[in-house]
Order: sequence, then structure tokens, then C-alpha cells
Amino acid sequence: MTQAPEKPSEQDDLPPVPEGHVRLTIDDRIVDAPQGELLIRTCERLGIVVPRFCDHPLLDPAGACRQCLVEVEMGGRKMPKPQASCTMTVAQDMVVNTQMTSAVADKAQQGVMELLLINHPLDCPVCDKGGECPLQNQAMSSGRAESRFVEEKRTFAKPLPISSEVLLDRERCVLCQRCTRFSRQIAGDQFIELLERGAHQQIGTEETAFGEGEDFQSYFSGNTIQICPVGALTSASYRFRSRPFDLVSTPGVSEHDSSGAAVRRDWRRGAVTRVLAGDDPEVNEEWIDDKTRFAFRYTQSAQRITRPMIRGEDGSLVETSWTEALERAAGLLTAARDGEGPAPVDTDGEALEPKRGVGVLPGGRLTLEDAYAYAKFARLALRTNDVDARARVHSGEELDFLAAHVAGTGLGVTYGDLEEAPAVLTVALEVEEEAPIVFLRLRKAARTGTAVHHLGQWSSPAVVKTGGRLVRCAPGREVEALATLPDPVADGLAQPGAVVLVGERAAEVPGLYAAVSELVARTGARVAWVPRRAGERGAVDTGLVPTLLPGGRAVDDETARAALASSWGVADLPATPGRDTAAILRAAADGELAGLVVGGVEIADLPDPDLARAALGAADVVVSLELARSEVTEYADVVLPVAPVINKAGTFRNWEGRDRRFGTTIDPSGGSAGRVGGTAATTLPDCRVLDTLAVEMDVDLFTQTPEVAGTELARLGTGRPATVGPVRGPEHPDQPETTDEEGTELRLASWRQLLDGGALLADEPDLAGTARPPRIRLSATTARRLGFAEDDPAEVEGPRGSLILPVEVADLPDDVVWAPARVPGTDGTTVVTLAGLGLGHGGPVRLGGGSPMSDGSPS
Amino acid sequence: MGLFDGVAGFGVTFSTMFRKVVTEDYPRVKKVTAPRYHGRHQLNRHPDGLEKCVGCELCAWACPADAIYVEGGDNTDEERYSPGERYGAIYQINYLRCIGCGLCIEACPTRSLTMTNEYELADDDRQDLIYDKERLLAPLLPGMEQPPHPMRLGTDEQDYYVQGPEMARRSDVQDAVREEIPMVPPREPAPQDGVSTEAVEQSSVMSTGEKR
Repeated sequence: MTQAPEKPSEQDDLPPVPEGHVRLTIDDRIVDAPQGELLIRTCERLGIVVPRFCDHPLLDPAGACRQCLVEVEMGGRKMPKPQASCTMTVAQDMVVNTQMTSAVADKAQQGVMELLLINHPLDCPVCDKGGECPLQNQAMSSGRAESRFVEEKRTFAKPLPISSEVLLDRERCVLCQRCTRFSRQIAGDQFIELLERGAHQQIGTEETAFGEGEDFQSYFSGNTIQICPVGALTSASYRFRSRPFDLVSTPGVSEHDSSGAAVRRDWRRGAVTRVLAGDDPEVNEEWIDDKTRFAFRYTQSAQRITRPMIRGEDGSLVETSWTEALERAAGLLTAARDGEGPAPVDTDGEALEPKRGVGVLPGGRLTLEDAYAYAKFARLALRTNDVDARARVHSGEELDFLAAHVAGTGLGVTYGDLEEAPAVLTVALEVEEEAPIVFLRLRKAARTGTAVHHLGQWSSPAVVKTGGRLVRCAPGREVEALATLPDPVADGLAQPGAVVLVGERAAEVPGLYAAVSELVARTGARVAWVPRRAGERGAVDTGLVPTLLPGGRAVDDETARAALASSWGVADLPATPGRDTAAILRAAADGELAGLVVGGVEIADLPDPDLARAALGAADVVVSLELARSEVTEYADVVLPVAPVINKAGTFRNWEGRDRRFGTTIDPSGGSAGRVGGTAATTLPDCRVLDTLAVEMDVDLFTQTPEVAGTELARLGTGRPATVGPVRGPEHPDQPETTDEEGTELRLASWRQLLDGGALLADEPDLAGTARPPRIRLSATTARRLGFAEDDPAEVEGPRGSLILPVEVADLPDDVVWAPARVPGTDGTTVVTLAGLGLGHGGPVRLGGGSPMSDGSPS
Repeated sequence: MGLFDGVAGFGVTFSTMFRKVVTEDYPRVKKVTAPRYHGRHQLNRHPDGLEKCVGCELCAWACPADAIYVEGGDNTDEERYSPGERYGAIYQINYLRCIGCGLCIEACPTRSLTMTNEYELADDDRQDLIYDKERLLAPLLPGMEQPPHPMRLGTDEQDYYVQGPEMARRSDVQDAVREEIPMVPPREPAPQDGVSTEAVEQSSVMSTGEKR
């Protein structure tokens, strides 16, 4: 077996060992491997498959399952026992014999397999992992055909729900500890652990160990299901839904956040049955968050719109044909655009100035192609720049910031840059809640030495799990905090490669975007804008904001406008910068704008929902392009159904500026596979609907398919053209006024939680079960002063209503109240938003229900 | 040309007149098939009436004609169709596609799916030839109870699987055991020891008349 006699002669012919590498022999083949590489990886590169369960390339080695035993010889002497190749690193002149060439290794592996199977139940036919199970496969490839174990197997109660999403079957577990290692190393949520010893060793939670305790509450728990090499952790929503062999797997991109995470959608009979993480080392590695994984049934919700609808004579919406709906929409929009609609009359019956113009609110979830179609539709068919995709808090300052630092800048800071950065500062961004994949990368970076600082109010889970570096400031005082950053933070940001991540919530604090701009100019750090929704970055680059045209060209730049006009084949483009979301709604409510074209916008998400309702009510024409019935539907004159991402191809441009292309998952027109059992509707992508609508209005958009729209956009270029002059930095607006009653008035801090009843979370009760419970957070001092104890109900009072939530004490600054920006109702449909109550981050708030009522009954 | 040449041609005709006729008097007299004839499928039951099918889809996987569609479901203590965690919530066999090869019954891990000798599988409506679970399930025999109901013969599914043969031999469930009974009427009408006349009659009804 030993190679010793042949080696000298062979090695004479071989090239010298490269720097940092070692030369070893595996299964009689001589190989150079980088120092420190694990044996099992070297074997993989040679195409030798060593069976394994616990080994995972993204987790630290554990050597827990012992399935990967190989025979190792060092310095001419065999090691006395076979060694686990997943924990042993390569060494110079090592001789390794795997099960392919060593009877000892093969026998050892068979023995381990037999041991692992002793207590494993024979329930493969009913197990969700059956058919894609590493244990099943390797038992077939390297196990015994017959079991010698005749005794009673150890049994446990099963399945044990460790959260509403994850079910645990302890009988099937082979104790590989992938799940516990994932929880500890990657997600940082240590709710699942190895318990007991010997034959009773098992995976469990606090609850299974002590009878009570916290659930496995994590935004990343679904990954443990995917990496479990046996069927010990299974998904509650996928339970018994299908078998892997009758699923079609289609790669896709997450539509739930701006991460651009690669996913794999498994579907059958026209419906997605599960979503798994795709493998993209540059973006999401092999992980996705639970929202991306478990929220996919919205496409089959009862609220889905599958046929066009128009408002009939009696005021109710009736289903109709595409032709009629498009004709009606085109007629109404043309009249509204040209001011030919019914002239409004004032209270005295006098005719007023006719309303004129149409505003466009496309929403932030569009693919790049659909966003481009919207941008072109607004400019050519509606002849306006009144278009804004920002269905959230926004500001004019943000537009300047986007123009200066985001629009048309291409691939900027990447996930890889975050990992390499010496220091990262997040501003107005609660990474775990608002960008979970960014959080995972920041946590990985923090584990390898990156100083991750958060500008925030309290040590939220994300802060704790990324190293606990919090720059605490009062809400609304972020600008001052950035100006007076502590030295370690400022010095860290001055190092080359440092990054500042700014969230879309920066628009809530006047001057914060300017301060960030100033900070990066001062320190030389790179800046990246991390919005929440998948389409936000694409919307900026395709001109779905009032001051920018596609490609980051400024609306008021005459050369850019002329160039775009000539490539679109029109004489000129509207020259005045348009209104932003708030101004569009205000203008519609005030009777200036005659019509609104609304895409995927939830009214509750808007900064002023009441104004939005007034605007939709006052507008003569409301055309809604929607996936499912929403509040906008009630106001719409024409409703045009659009296809969800699974039914169309497209591109999401993620926060990095990286284009994440995806193909159609399920083509409803592509035969019975797409239709039977699923939604029979052949809905069309937004770009196609807008193209046809524009044709009815005598304008050609040339965006019939996502491919065509994408090609045209690529030809146009979304990079900033050289002809554009330097963009204006944001001007420093006034500092927020300080309150005169410093110390007595409460200030509100707030952001949205990941799972808070958004439109794409419809019909997912299991997922909603793992949402973080909404809580009001106060500092211990403030809680004592106001008379609140932990878990007391407190009432957040705003000008337009109030909200009652339990109190939790956290390390906030004094006189600050933190509350989630959006709270789903108990029935899962109604939501309460702080914006709807008239409250905002940094603004004043009142808190009711203190000590006098604290022992009273909670509502 | 001989004298009898004209008549000789009828030789075959005349001799056939005295042979036994091959024409079957179907449908007045039903053909009795070989015992292992691959006829229509049947989803068997445990002796207490619970379904043997666990919805594992292995039959669907084995099917070369893609004739079987199965969706699993989750048994609960309140609503139990089979012992164990899983049952076949939807079970369909499309007899327009089925080629009667029997690979599905080979694949079945619980002997839930077997084939009867029922061969009258013609219809004038394509939709009717997609048999769903109600039409495929074996009829309830005396002693059986229509699921959903709790496990009557043990505390968990192991009792059903491990002690199944033993239970089948017990006298109180003997009448209910159908799988051991031949699907064709026995040549000797006298019932075997341990197989009641009632069950035999039941099975003969099954194999011929139980259409739709």
C-alpha cells in the first residue's frame, strides 16, 4: 500500500511544490493542496467522494458523525486508527487511503454507518427528506444491505415543533450538529443545543430540556432544515406536501428584500411547494432568511387578481376582458393627462380650473425591466416626471443623495467588501430586520475581525450578534451623532476599505443623508445604500424617481434629456422635475392631478396613509396594476392584474448594484404543468401590460416582454453617461428643532420588523408564528419614572390614534420609546402603522397606561 | 381437379362445427381470470378499517406511465386515516394511462396497493377513468370502521406493521382480513378452514361486480 519505494523517482519528474502548498498522496494519486486545507476537500477536488454528514464547507469542522474515516499514513507510519478526514488538514508527504483503496477505511465507514442507523427509524417512505437524504443515499452506497440490529430502537415523541416552522424528529437525528453549529456560528441564535449524554444524547431546545423556555426564534431557522443531512428537522409548511422526485426545481432570486439572494423554487402542478436557498458564494452563500424561504403562498392567495376589472355603472368592480379594460384605462388616462376630464366644481357650483396630469406610484417591488417600462410609460404616455417608486418615508434630500451616490453607479460595495472591510458603520439600518442577508455577512465579518458599528438606539439582537458595537444616540439626533463619532469609530472608518451602510430610513431624519455624505467625504469610507424592498435600487437606476431619468441622468440636464429623447425616438421629454410620492398624493388630494397610476403599493406603508386615501378618493382616474386585492383596489376605476415573480422572467438589481437575473419559474401558458392545481390565470408582467396600455394611448414603449425591455435598457445603459456633470451633493437642511421641555418629553424611535404582516406574507400562518412579538422598549430609568414594569401594557399615543403593546426594558437612552413601525393585527389582515397614528422616528410621542393602570387588565 | 375438390374446401368448416366453441358468452358469463391477473388497483385497509396507504408516492415514482398522482396528508389524533404520521390525502390512478405493469404494487412499502382481478375498465367518459381514492379503497368489511378514527389495534403504527400478521390470524379480526383471501371464487365451494363463507362471498362480489 505504501508509496515509499516509488516516490523518489516520481517526485523527480514533478514540478516543485508551489508556495504555501503541500504535496501528498491520496488513493495513489499525488496532489498539491494549499496548506491548511481539510483532507475531505482535497479528496473532493480529486473527485473522490468521502461519505460525510457533519461536514459543511461554511461551518467550522466538528468531526461529529465520524462517517468520513480514512486511513492516514505520516512519515511512513500508519496512524493507529482511521482518521476523520473532515477535521484533519493536509500535511507534506501524507499518504491517504480512502474507502476506494483501503479495506480498513471502508470497514470503518460501514461500521459507523451501522452505528448511526441503530436508532434511525425505518420511516423513509413517510419522511420529507426521503429521496434527497444524504443518510439514505450513503446507506445505499456504503452501508450494509441487512441490519444486524434486532433489539428495540430508541423512540421519542415526534414530531416535536420547536417553532411554528421547524419540526424536530429526534429519532432520525444522527447528532451531526450542523443545526447547532449553524445557529451558533452563522445566525447567532442559540436556541437549539445538544442535550443529554450517551444513548440519550439529543438535539433540543430549552423547552424540550426543561419543559418551558423560549421557542427556536430565529429569522434563519429554515436553513437548519435545509442543511440537516437526515430528516430530523423538517418544515411545517412543507410537511408531506410532496416528494423531491416529483418537484421541478427552478433557480430564482428573492423578491422579499434587496439582497438579491439566490433561491431555488421547487414546484409541482402550477404551485410552488417550497423555496430553498441557492448557492451563490458572492451574494447569499448558501443561506436565506425565513421570509424568503417560507413566504411564497401569496401567489395563490384568495385575494389574487387574475382577470382585469373595471368599475361599472353601479360603482362596483366587474371582471372584463383585457381589451375592454385597456381601452377604458387608456381613455381615462388620456383624458386625465390632457385635462379633459369632468371639470371640478367648488362648493358654490362654480367651475374650477380643470384637473390635469397623472401621477405614477409604481411601488418598490418591481423588476428592473418592469421599472423601466413604468419610467418610459410615465415620460412618454403620461408626459410627466411625476413618478416615484418610494412607497415609504422619503425626502428631497434623499433624491440628492441617490443622485450623488447611488443612481447609475453600477456595482459598488459588495458583500465581499463587507467581509473584507476593517470597519463598517450602519446608519438608519437595522440589518437583521431590514436586510437579513447583509446581517449574515456582517456577522461573518465581525467573527473575523471587522468592527461593525451600529448607529442606533438600543442593543438590538443584530447589534449584539455582530459584536455589540453600538453608537447610541437619541432618535432624531443621528446627525449630531455622526458629526461627533467616538474616535475608535471615526478612526476605523478612516481605514481603507471601510464602509458606511445607510438605510432608507435615513429620510426620516432631516439632514442625515447630508451628514452621511459629509462623513464619507471626511473619512474616505465607501458608502452603500441598503433599501428594504427588492425593486428600490432598480427603480433609482431606471428613473422611477421624479428627478432622475433612466441611467441616473438628471431630469434637468438638457443634454441627457435630449440624448434619451432621441434614443426613444421622441422630440422631447418633460423637462421639469416631477413631484415625489407625498407631493403627488397632496396634488391629487388638492385636485391638481386628475389621475393616479398605482402599482404594488400598500397604503399603510405610505408616510401619510390618510392623505393617500384622500388622494385616491379625490382623483378622477385611478388605474391599479396589482397582484392581489389591496386597499387601492377599492378606489380603482380599472384594475389590471400583473404576474408575480414566479410567472415572469426579469432582473432584480440588489443593493450592491448587482444584476440578479432570473427566468420564469412557472409558465402558466406553458402547458398543463403550469396550470393544473395552481392559479389558472395567465397574468402578464407589468412591462407587457404597460406596453399594451401605451399602445391604446398611441405611444409605443417597446417593452412587450422582459427580454425586450431588458435589452433596450442595456443598450441605453444604466451607468451614468460621461456627458453628465458632477451631481449635486445634498444640501444641509435645517437641524431638527429641539424641544423646549428637554428631559420630560418622550421621543419615538422605530423601524420595521422583518415579519410584520406585509402583502407578500399573505397565507403564511407558520411563518407569522415566528415573527418577533411586537414590544415597546424603554430604558429602565424611563420605565420606572413612568411606572411601567416588564410586560405591562403601554399605549403609544399619536395624533391619530393609539396602539397598546407590552413593555420591555432595553438599553435605550432615557426618554426614548422604541416601537415597531408596523404591527400586524391579530386577524392577520389589518395592520397598525406608527405613520398611520401620525408618529414618526425622532418625533414626540406620548405613552399612556403607566403606573396607575399598570395593574389593570391589558387590552 | 378432382370430383370432391369443391367440397374439400369446406373440410375445415365442417370439422370446426364439432369442436368446442372458443366464443365467450361475455358479458352474460364473466371470464374468470388467472389469480394473479393485473386488474384494477385496490387500496387495502388494516383490519380495523384504517387505510394502509401512507401517501409516500413511491407508486407514483415507480409508475412508468405517470398514471398515479398522490398527495400526502398529516394524520392528527382528531382525524386519523392511517396508523402513523402520514396518509394519502389525494390518491388518483388514471386508467387512461395505466398499462397494468404492476410496478406500483411492487413499490408499495405497506402492501396498501394491490391489484384485483377486475378488468372491466372501459368507459365513455375520460374523466370517469381517473379513479380517485373513494373508488380505489377496499370496501369496509364487517369489523371495519370508516376512517377517520383512532387506532383500534395498538398504540402506534409499529403495532400495525410488526404485529400485523399476528393480528391477521387472531380470530376476532379474522373475518376482516381480506388480503389473504383469493380474489376469484374458489373452485371448491367448501370454505377453507379459517376463511368464512361471508368473506369469500364478499370477495367474489369485489372481483366482479364492484364497478363504480
